[in-house]
Amino acid sequence: MAEYLAVLIFMAVGIGLILFTFFFARLIRPHNPYPAKVQNYECAEKPVGDSWIRFNNRFYIFALMFVVFDVEAIFLFPWAVAFGQLGLFALVEMIIFILILLFGLYYAWKKGVLKWV
Amino acid sequence: MGLIKKVPAYIEKFPGGGIVTTSLNYVFSQSQASSLWYLLFGTACCAIELMAAGASRYDFDRLGMIFRASPRQADLIIAAGTITKKMAPRLRLLYDQMAQPRYVIAMGGCTVKGGPFYYDSYAVEKGIDHIVPVDVYIPGCPPRPESLYEGCLKLQQKVKGLKIQDWS
Repeated sequence: MAEYLAVLIFMAVGIGLILFTFFFARLIRPHNPYPAKVQNYECAEKPVGDSWIRFNNRFYIFALMFVVFDVEAIFLFPWAVAFGQLGLFALVEMIIFILILLFGLYYAWKKGVLKWV
Repeated sequence: MGLIKKVPAYIEKFPGGGIVTTSLNYVFSQSQASSLWYLLFGTACCAIELMAAGASRYDFDRLGMIFRASPRQADLIIAAGTITKKMAPRLRLLYDQMAQPRYVIAMGGCTVKGGPFYYDSYAVEKGIDHIVPVDVYIPGCPPRPESLYEGCLKLQQKVKGLKIQDWS
């Protein structure tokens, strides 16, 4: 358990540092609010309505699909950089990886996820 | 709570306290002068010269000047271009939404005194000093990036001379 103490201390110091920075900045900075300054920024137009608007929850599934290919791109970049040393094995591995993801996309497509209803 | 405005004024009363305040003033004014971030506020052809100044050939970044798309992050408005009567309240609002200390550069003849629209246009504000307090005027139609540089260096000189008490 003693090893985890270091992690705990790191976390405490990390959180404490952020809290300290926020508090210290609040302590020393000039504070001068007035209605024009605190109103919403809409490119100097008169703000219309509330800034808390509701997003359609159909975006959720698209965001989920995006995350899949986001991760794929993250894996592809280091693979492409080191491709010269990796050789044929890595190529086959990556093709299998992409095929699995493409199968997932095909499945989602068949399920009608990509259709905006 | 704004200790930065209260504490130096308090310390200055003690003998030798001036060292603290002058050092603080030095640090703040130097760091402000070398990082004057400007608001993107190009309304006419002067903005093209402003863009040229910001791009790699003239390289505004060497003065520590980076454009910001929000007045919350900007220290400076470079009013580049004609300000019409319709644009005037918006310019004022953008100025109001910036955090103090804030500065204004009037770039080009239109913002200085109405420019080529001085005699015959009812729609143009004849100088933005009717709307916001201006620190530096840069004449020209439009001024070249070199003159914009000159104006910014002038503003830096001004900022370096300011004290914390002068922030408004």
